[in-house]
Amino acid sequence: MSVQKNYDILLIGAGSLGTPAAYYLAKSGLKVLVLESVPSVGQGSNKRAIGGIRATHSDPAKIRLCLRSIEIFSTFKKTFGDEIEWDQCGYTFVAYTSREEKILKDLLAVQKSYGLVNDWYDRDDLLKIVPDLTPEGLIGGTFSPGDGSASPLLSNHAYYTHALKAGAEFRFNEPVTAMTIKNGHIESVETCCGTYSAGVVVNTAGANAAEIGRMAGVHVPVKPDSHEAAITEPVARFLGPMIVDIRPAVGSSNYYFYQHLTGQIIFCITPNPNIWGTDVNETSSFLPMVAKRMIEIMPRLKNIRVRRTWRGLYPMTPDGFPILGWSPQVSNMLLGVGLCGQGFMLGPAMGELLTRLVNQDLLPDDAETLQFLSPERKFEGQELLK
Amino acid sequence: MTDHRIKKHPILPVPEREEIEFYWQGQPLKALKGETIAAALFANGIQVFGHHQKDGSPLGIFCANGQCSQCMVIADGRPLKSCMELVTEKMQVEPNDGNPVLPEVKSAPKLRPIPEIAIPVLIIGGGPAGLSAAIELGKLGVEVILVDDKHRLGGKLVLQTHRFFGSAEAVYAGTRGIDIATRLETEVKKLPSVQIWTQTTCLAVYSDKKVGVLLNGKKYVLVTPQVLLVATGAREKFLAFKGNTLPGVYGAGAFQTLVNRDLVRPAEKLFIIGGGNVGLIAGYHALQAGIGVVGLVEALPQCGGYKVHKDKLVRMGVPIYTSHTILSANGEEKVESVTIAQVDERFRPIPGTEQSFACDAVLVAVGLDPVNEFYQKALEFGVTAFVAGDAEEIAEASAAIFSGKIKGLEIALALGLPVAEVPAEWYQTGEILKSKPGNIFEEDLPDVESGVIPILHCNQEIPCNPCSALCPQGLIVVDKQDIRSIPRFVGNNYCCKACEKCVAGCPGLAITLVDYRTNPDKPIVSIPYEFSREMLNLSDRVTILDTEGTELGEAEVLNIHAFKGNDRTLVVQVEASREIASRIAGIKIQPVSITQPMRQYVDHVADDTIICRCEHVTAGEIRALIRQGYHDINEIKTVTRAAMGACGAKTCASLIRRLFAEEGVPANQVIDPYKRPIFIEVPLGVFAGESGEEEAE
Repeated sequence: MSVQKNYDILLIGAGSLGTPAAYYLAKSGLKVLVLESVPSVGQGSNKRAIGGIRATHSDPAKIRLCLRSIEIFSTFKKTFGDEIEWDQCGYTFVAYTSREEKILKDLLAVQKSYGLVNDWYDRDDLLKIVPDLTPEGLIGGTFSPGDGSASPLLSNHAYYTHALKAGAEFRFNEPVTAMTIKNGHIESVETCCGTYSAGVVVNTAGANAAEIGRMAGVHVPVKPDSHEAAITEPVARFLGPMIVDIRPAVGSSNYYFYQHLTGQIIFCITPNPNIWGTDVNETSSFLPMVAKRMIEIMPRLKNIRVRRTWRGLYPMTPDGFPILGWSPQVSNMLLGVGLCGQGFMLGPAMGELLTRLVNQDLLPDDAETLQFLSPERKFEGQELLK
Repeated sequence: MTDHRIKKHPILPVPEREEIEFYWQGQPLKALKGETIAAALFANGIQVFGHHQKDGSPLGIFCANGQCSQCMVIADGRPLKSCMELVTEKMQVEPNDGNPVLPEVKSAPKLRPIPEIAIPVLIIGGGPAGLSAAIELGKLGVEVILVDDKHRLGGKLVLQTHRFFGSAEAVYAGTRGIDIATRLETEVKKLPSVQIWTQTTCLAVYSDKKVGVLLNGKKYVLVTPQVLLVATGAREKFLAFKGNTLPGVYGAGAFQTLVNRDLVRPAEKLFIIGGGNVGLIAGYHALQAGIGVVGLVEALPQCGGYKVHKDKLVRMGVPIYTSHTILSANGEEKVESVTIAQVDERFRPIPGTEQSFACDAVLVAVGLDPVNEFYQKALEFGVTAFVAGDAEEIAEASAAIFSGKIKGLEIALALGLPVAEVPAEWYQTGEILKSKPGNIFEEDLPDVESGVIPILHCNQEIPCNPCSALCPQGLIVVDKQDIRSIPRFVGNNYCCKACEKCVAGCPGLAITLVDYRTNPDKPIVSIPYEFSREMLNLSDRVTILDTEGTELGEAEVLNIHAFKGNDRTLVVQVEASREIASRIAGIKIQPVSITQPMRQYVDHVADDTIICRCEHVTAGEIRALIRQGYHDINEIKTVTRAAMGACGAKTCASLIRRLFAEEGVPANQVIDPYKRPIFIEVPLGVFAGESGEEEAE
């Protein structure tokens, strides 16, 4: 193709962030192109997310972003007309040892200082919220009624159809193969099928973010690790909140599960040590490991039938926080990368913030948020609770 | 309640079994010990097992093979597939209406580590291919684990009451499928190095080269084989038509399972979709079980199955409508009628040709797809793997038996055992057994009208030769180099001793004997007969037909006899006139009345052509997306939930691909859905190391 097409903004990757961002950018009046290497939206890590959405983090940036995401998800049907299976089910972090009790209570103090609704419940009160928890050894736990869950598949696809309506252009099956850089500026982006140029190029390539960065000569400190997840048959509602157990055990540092609005239990485990790399093939170790942990905490789950398992990638940054900001090396490259397995819940709010950043109409709080997400930060320290 | 059990069968033994009691919606019912919940419900006339949570439409048996999840019930509080689980004394069975309530559990169960086993060879599937391979390997002393998800070995052989085609020397041709199953089972059980795990379902082949299996339906075990043989057979293709999920619409395999394995009568009057061997044979099995066959439609201008199978059916009085298709299955809670129409050369229904027939079951037999997902995963993950039988290529069971035998030897070689290479002629035989039906020749009737003459109403090239071994004098010849050739009678009219062994032994029931010796004008014709003895009496006047089912008139029954060694096929002798004697090929057993169309055709208006049976996604919903430009089935899945349900896209994947074809999208532009474990739904407790056996301790 000889004709080079020009856009205001070009996003690489139609995933958790790229798709909502495409919508907000197009809606703001920009001419948007999204290049996606696979045949349709959300087919990378987005569809492998289990669907949890919480604002109960430990830093102002993610708290602020997720509060906004929750606002968007919870009003999605009203705003856009699409059913995304939003359910304000809340999150419960359980404590069976004093270690977790201390971590959770310390965290509560931080969270409350940011105005989050999250409270500690002693054993018997927690059992009223989650009656099927194993009572033996249970000390108590937190419950944050404002958090929830939704379908990543439906949400991302809804954003896609609204982005199209807003005028965004999507090109599928077009992996980016090269970029031409002149004087620290991306002149053009090449794929198998065309050459494109844009005022701004956004790296929203998820697990492939580092590779896309390299094409522009930009070091993007993102490397993926993998987590396995599974879904069961649907059953009548019996479980309220998402349950998170942060006790470390052999092979895993934590695990979590919830009952989706449509009745299925969806669950996931955080492997310990991390399994680095891009392998998303199923392993034999996941189901026995997670099943044992889940049944110990909730025996009632023993009869629910597992339907399907899968494995997805967490694009990790060294400190566990996402990156959103202009590349220091290439003037027109924007990074929206390293969402560390929270792309689904962060996507809508980060898509809005990214749009404000591009259009230079930041809100008063945005400066602080962007400082936390800066590509130029030192990447020291660690996310308190992942 | 009416008893829907088959009490008498011309081929199958009906064993005496202990009666037990179970409850359906609190009402006490009788069941037989050792039968599935589905069979017990059918025996009591219950065919609606629940209602779909999305649209409230009735659900029942579709595959009877543990694949489709349509037959879910709640038994003693647990949701399960009624076709796979046995009914037990005092079991409380409830319909599955909407999402089931998960039973409360008081205390944490005892959990054990998941056992891991290393083995030289793991065979998935104990049907003809898997059993034959296990026998070859067992004879060489190779340690083998053979898993099969059913209660007994044999795969689909246990449903086949007819004599098998193929080569008498290589693959037991001439023996009934049910008996081949027993022979293979007996042989494999004699081999000490072969462990047999029945009721054991393979769940996944993992990327770490371990294979997860659900042992005895209860215990999760990880097996690491040096070599994996996938002999998982086939699954039935489904068809998109209005009313296609009504209870009473069955896969052919389901119907055969209910009738021939479970000995229940799921219908009184059956309509068949598809003129391949599966549909034709199922029709014959139905007639043998006393079920009327109203008709059979085949979209092509000719049936794709063996001509002898088709001939057999038309001779019994079953009309075959070629260049016809089904438009709809009609009824409220279950099938009450079927509407069919003629199709043009592009398989589009021709308006004005619609006809409806009263029936209470529709049998879908429109072809098979290999169950090859474990093989594909094994290849992807670098497991040394082989594939045999239908899982490799859809063909007759005789071909599967031989393919298993070959793979057994190939595996031995792969393991480095000191065995000779597989002989080249084995591969040739294997290919011949797999061949599709060939040319049809004009029937060559002898013009001699004296002495005794066997008439071979077998004029299509198919791989079959038992007749050549049956004649004690060797007067029937089939080319030994290529058993697909047409058999010939090489004697003259004075050589044949009228022993009738060929009449009783031809798997296609395609040989008759005309004896002119007593009275040349009124010769005696011997006809094979595989129906109930009581249906015919001496001196009855029966309607006789030629090969193609054309009525030749009536004839008097002179004699009905069995003789030693003819294995349940009776021989009926009728007295016929000289003019038609050599053309007689069969006796009509089904009255015309059952096959009459209804006065007016039933116009099925509702747009309820279901593509995804699990999530009840219609053809209309998916077509709309295809027309919007969707080419990625993963995306269609996202939007509609099609292919996301309990069965794991086992029935709908090929239907969605077909919709793309109908919409003019080239196959190479369609992206298949990603296949993910696990093969069937399994309780979480099983993966945690809980096993029902421990609870019983």
